[in-house]
Amino acid sequence: MTSTLALPLLGPWALARRCALGLLVLLAALMGGCATVDRAPVDPWPALREARPASVLVLPPVNNTPDVEAPGSVMAQAVYPLAEAGYYVLPVGLVNETLRSNGVQTPADAQQVPVQRLREVFGADAALYLEVRKFGSVYRVISSDSEVAVDARLVDLRDGRVLWTGSASASSAEQRGQQQGGIIGALLQAVIEQVASNFSDRNHQVAGIAMRRLLNPQGPRGLLPGPRALAAAAAAGR
Amino acid sequence: MKRLALAQRGLLLAAALMLGACASPPATLYDWGPYPQALLKHLRESGGDAARQASLLEEQLQRANGAARAAPPGLHAHLALLHTQLGNEAVALRHLQAEKALYPESAAYMDFLMGNARRAAREAKP
Repeated sequence: MTSTLALPLLGPWALARRCALGLLVLLAALMGGCATVDRAPVDPWPALREARPASVLVLPPVNNTPDVEAPGSVMAQAVYPLAEAGYYVLPVGLVNETLRSNGVQTPADAQQVPVQRLREVFGADAALYLEVRKFGSVYRVISSDSEVAVDARLVDLRDGRVLWTGSASASSAEQRGQQQGGIIGALLQAVIEQVASNFSDRNHQVAGIAMRRLLNPQGPRGLLPGPRALAAAAAAGR
Repeated sequence: MKRLALAQRGLLLAAALMLGACASPPATLYDWGPYPQALLKHLRESGGDAARQASLLEEQLQRANGAARAAPPGLHAHLALLHTQLGNEAVALRHLQAEKALYPESAAYMDFLMGNARRAAREAKP
C-alpha cells in the first residue's frame, strides 16, 4: 500500500499536520536553492577580504592556444564582468599602448614586470594575470563547437600576494542537450542565440561567457564583490 | 478533494514565484553600449577606424548622460586613446580628466598619461 492511499486513513488533523510538514520541507528546499550554494565554513580568500582592492589592472593574457585572436578577445571580455563585480578596471586599450610604448611587447613580458613597477605606473591595487588554455573550434563529426578555457590569478600590487585564483570554461555545445541550469545557463543561451555570423565572433561570445563565469562574484570560490558593487547595493537597500 | 487541489495550486504558484525571484537578472551597474565592441576592435586590430569608434562612443556617452547612468570604467580613457590617434590632443586630455573625475581610482594612471602628453607637447614645440 502506498502512502498516498494510506492518507485517508489518518484523521483530518494528522493529515493537516503532514501537509504542513511537507510544505515546510518544500519551502526550506526552495529557499536553499536561492542561496548561492552552502557557504564553506572556511573563507577561501582571506587575503582578498583583507586587501579589499578597489581597482584591477588586467594584464595582456598569455596565449597557450594557436589562435592569435585569443588574447585580445579574452582581455576585452574581462572588463565587463570585473566592472560589474564592483571593481574599477584600468582601461585595457590604453594599458596595452602604455606597455608597448615602454618596450613590453608580449603578454609574457607584461606578466614579468615587477609588481612595484606596475603599481607605480598604473596605480592599481591589484592585477589580473590571465592564461588562455583553450580558444576556438573543436571539430566533431557533424558539427564544430567553440571552446574557451581561461585560468586567472589576482595579485595584490602593493605586496605581491596572490589574492584569488580561478578557472572557467565555456563551450558553444552547451546550448544543445545538457543545458547548464541557473542564471548562467539562461545567460549563455541568450548570448549564443544572438547568432554569430562567423567563427571569430562565436569564439568571442563564448569567451565572454567563460569570462563572466570566471569573474562573477558568485559561488563558494568566486571573486568577492568589489567596493562599487557594495556601494550600489547599499544605496539600493536604503 | 477540491480543497486539496486548490492547496496544490497555491503551492505551485508560491514555488514559481520564489524561483522567479531567484532568476530575475540583476540590473547592471553601468550602461555599456558599444564600448565592449570598441575595445575588442582596438585590441584585435590595433586601431583601425578610430574616427568611427570615437563617434560611436561619444554618442553612447550622450545617451548615458541623458539617462543619468554612469559611463563604464575606462570609456573616457578609451576615447582619449582614440582622439590621440586622431591627433586631437586637447580632446584627449579632456577625456583623461573626465575619467579621473568620474573614477578617482584611475588618478595615478591618468596623471601619468597627462604628464606624458604634456611633455610630448612641450617637446614638439621648438
